[in-house]
Amino acid sequence: MRKWLVASVSAAALVLPGAALAQDSIKIGVLVALEGAFAAGGSDAVRNIELAISEAGGMAGGKAIETVIAPTDTTPDTTIRQARKLVEQDGVDFVVGPLSGSEGIAIRDFAKTVPDKVFINGISGALEMTWVDPAPNVYRFNLDGAQWGQGLGSYVVNEKGWTKVASIAADYSFGYTNFLGFAVDFCRAGGEIVERFWVPLGSSDFGGVIAQMPDDVDAIYLGMGGTDAINFLNQYDQAGADTNLIGGTIMADATVLTSRGRAKEALVGTPTSGAFAPDNPDPAWQEYLAKYRAFEGDEAKVPSLFGVGYHVAMLAAIQALNEVEGDLSNGQEKFKAALAGLELASPLGTITLNENRQATGSVFVTEVVEGSDGNLEAVFKARQDGVTQTLGLTADEFRAMGLPSRDTPDCDALRGG
Amino acid sequence: MTDTPPPGARNATPPAGAARPSGQEGGAPGSEQKLWIERIPAGWWALAIVLLFMPAVANNFWLFQVFGWTFILGMIALSLMFLAGYGGMVSLIQMSVAAMGGYMVAILGPSGVETISLGLPWWLNIPLAILIAAVFATLVGALAVRTEGIYTIMITLAIASAFFYFTRQNYGIFNGYTGFNLVVPPMLFGVDWRQPVAFYYLSLGLAVLCYAAVVYVSRTPFGLALQGVRDNPRRMAALGFNVTAHRIAAYTFAGAIAAIGGILLVWQNSQIAPGTAGLPAVFDILVIAVVGGLRRPSGAFIGALIYVLLRTFSPDVLTAFELSNERFKLLIGLGFLVVVFFSPDGMLGLYDRWKANRGRRDPLTGKERE
Repeated sequence: MRKWLVASVSAAALVLPGAALAQDSIKIGVLVALEGAFAAGGSDAVRNIELAISEAGGMAGGKAIETVIAPTDTTPDTTIRQARKLVEQDGVDFVVGPLSGSEGIAIRDFAKTVPDKVFINGISGALEMTWVDPAPNVYRFNLDGAQWGQGLGSYVVNEKGWTKVASIAADYSFGYTNFLGFAVDFCRAGGEIVERFWVPLGSSDFGGVIAQMPDDVDAIYLGMGGTDAINFLNQYDQAGADTNLIGGTIMADATVLTSRGRAKEALVGTPTSGAFAPDNPDPAWQEYLAKYRAFEGDEAKVPSLFGVGYHVAMLAAIQALNEVEGDLSNGQEKFKAALAGLELASPLGTITLNENRQATGSVFVTEVVEGSDGNLEAVFKARQDGVTQTLGLTADEFRAMGLPSRDTPDCDALRGG
Repeated sequence: MTDTPPPGARNATPPAGAARPSGQEGGAPGSEQKLWIERIPAGWWALAIVLLFMPAVANNFWLFQVFGWTFILGMIALSLMFLAGYGGMVSLIQMSVAAMGGYMVAILGPSGVETISLGLPWWLNIPLAILIAAVFATLVGALAVRTEGIYTIMITLAIASAFFYFTRQNYGIFNGYTGFNLVVPPMLFGVDWRQPVAFYYLSLGLAVLCYAAVVYVSRTPFGLALQGVRDNPRRMAALGFNVTAHRIAAYTFAGAIAAIGGILLVWQNSQIAPGTAGLPAVFDILVIAVVGGLRRPSGAFIGALIYVLLRTFSPDVLTAFELSNERFKLLIGLGFLVVVFFSPDGMLGLYDRWKANRGRRDPLTGKERE
């Protein structure tokens, strides 16, 4: 008897159509990394999604919002499997996510196979996701890795007077992309990049690179994050070097700032740039921060980059759904048009999308200082609004420069132009 | 490991009709020699019919994702089962060999990365990919067979992690961190093999072929000698068998099977990146093989099905009980623990014990017990 029960239940599971859509609710798939290196950021992203939904009263476009969380491990393989499950088995209306760069590229290709479903990026920062052969149904309301570097280059030239730098950065796509954003801005402001070093992700010995570092530079650009950055800083300190540092977007994160030891001493006074500044005085940001802290029940908690990204993506989805009154019929045509034309008033300032459905928005320059309790903090220094996908170049100029790689961009060409 | 075959491998009493690893089947005494088709038990016929008519009931997600992935992982785990079950060598390189096959299809054939991919036609790039992966497996095997037991595991693990880091750092051939996208199966006979039903039959067909190949090879003189090597390498050497050559050849054969699985895996995801053969994936293959049971080839596929079901639906199970689905890995881990705890020789062991209990036959005499 029990065997029959099991058999009929499994048969039912096989036969049940995945896309049993309830008319009075909107089902949103959330693709987010919940294992691996970004798991902590991933759970912050989930909390931020919940925050955005509770702010909207659990409703969008007159329908109740329902979410299905699909956990990934930041590998593109898993991401595609989970996206397929969301679309085919869970029958979600659209997907918010993914979190990391290579996942974003995989989702771009997957999205083309399901043109009737909208994909709103979570916080993937790969330039290629919306630049190389973009999918018409993928929307990105966060800036990409190259845009996050914009504003820092001109800041160090104009405010710090550093015009000659060497770079050491992680040897993978985000390292190249983030460095490209800095370098384009820096070179156009008149800076010179003397030498570029690329180190493998997860390196622990930087002795060779440190020994090769030229002495006559104003600063060293450091495009690494997490434990790589801590290892580098420790060894750099031990080698007795004391050149100024410039930080890439993921360098001045909590892992590095709260690390123990002498590593962080070298960091004081280091300018960095990124998607947000925790002490941004903008009222919209302060309001979000207050809500976030109340939601988390922690007065001092600072949201992560991932959390902020997913929050903005969810805000965009809710606003667009309200505009079309929850109408997802006809291949989600109205919803797509609403997303593409959205002028999103987000905690990070106004965000609009360009013809590749990529965000134009603000970049924040911060500087690392020693806080009152001896911990390091990143404090807001400047913001650059209206940073475009092509970093202020024309699309043709940007394309001619080539995709980010070890040798792109060519600094001399940019300075001359 | 060579002195200690997998639990029960030597003293097992396989149920009638199931493929035996020992290959000593000569028909039970007194029974007449039947046609091969009559010797296939009814259960297998039923399974074949269920699998063949699955597309009539299952939706695309189940066909493509659940069953497609099961057959693929099953093939890769099958290659490990062959090495571990018949050869007594627990190799952690099988996922890397599969990924090598997948990478080679992407590099030699067409892909989205046009600067690297050579775009050779399918009849050239697929055999070449399998060949290169098999050569890779042979080289690893040549290194690994000099060690035994835990050292075999360690050396293959070391090579697997080196392979992962190499593909992640090498941009000239493996395109580093990004890997290859838009790798799709060729349009053969006017069929788009990436459509769910077509892909289901493609992966099912290849899985059956690989399964049959393993069963066949296990009964050939080579397979029997390999099992002899597993049970007592010194005696086999004394009998004049080249122990090292047999073990290396086993790696080559297993490598070819893993490569077929790897190529299907790339086609299914339409992309390959270093994470495909990352260490978690490497261990998953071992978990699949152990959970299914190393005693017979079918264990690999049973383990793969359990793994895929847990992997796909564990977040939903947690959500159904209104628990935070962030902890879905806990459920996967618990599932595997339960299987291994109640049956150290995997699901096959459970099945065998259930069958033995049911028949109440004396394992020695084969007669009904009083």
